[in-house]
Amino acid sequence: MKNRLKVLRAERDWTQADLANALAVSRQTANAIEKGKFDPSLPLAFKIAKLFNLTVEEIFFDEQMT
Amino acid sequence: MNNSKPNEKICSQHKNTYILQLALWTLAWLVSTALLRFGAEYMWEFQPAYSITALMTHLALGAAVIMVNVKHLANLDELQRKITMDAMGITLGVGLIAGIAYEQLEDIKLISFEPEISHLIMLMAFTYIVSILIGNRKYQ
Repeated sequence: MKNRLKVLRAERDWTQADLANALAVSRQTANAIEKGKFDPSLPLAFKIAKLFNLTVEEIFFDEQMT
Repeated sequence: MNNSKPNEKICSQHKNTYILQLALWTLAWLVSTALLRFGAEYMWEFQPAYSITALMTHLALGAAVIMVNVKHLANLDELQRKITMDAMGITLGVGLIAGIAYEQLEDIKLISFEPEISHLIMLMAFTYIVSILIGNRKYQ
């Protein structure tokens, strides 16, 4: 699954560590989600969406459907 | 839109606390294993009362290790938990398959010595460590 996390993070001038801290996950996890290597659970996806004041669909998208 | 830096504290201190607790309880369990094995022979000359006490202590410490490990797992974030659970699953599979095959070796006369449980434990520990390393590398 692809996502816009890197762009959203860059817009706010956040590091991966900042994002990881905000989500209460490890930097490894934040990095893996950002790179699309690991798909977050639904609760974590909603937490990410809430952090950026966006919907889950505005951040995550299925590359086969685009 | 929120542009300020997030300042929520990470639970890394909690995680480190659980890892430290797990290490200490495992060390205590390891000492109790040695005490159980060698204490009976060299310290209390196989007196049943002491041996039973040592055995109960050993089992209680083992139960504590399991409980702290469960807490440690619950405290990991979801990717770390996935890596750990994957490694545990692979280790269980390898332990079961290799353990049964190893146990048969003597029966079918391919080895002349009696299979040792410690060999299986070493294999499982090696499998777990390698699985954790591969899992971490996969999600780097």
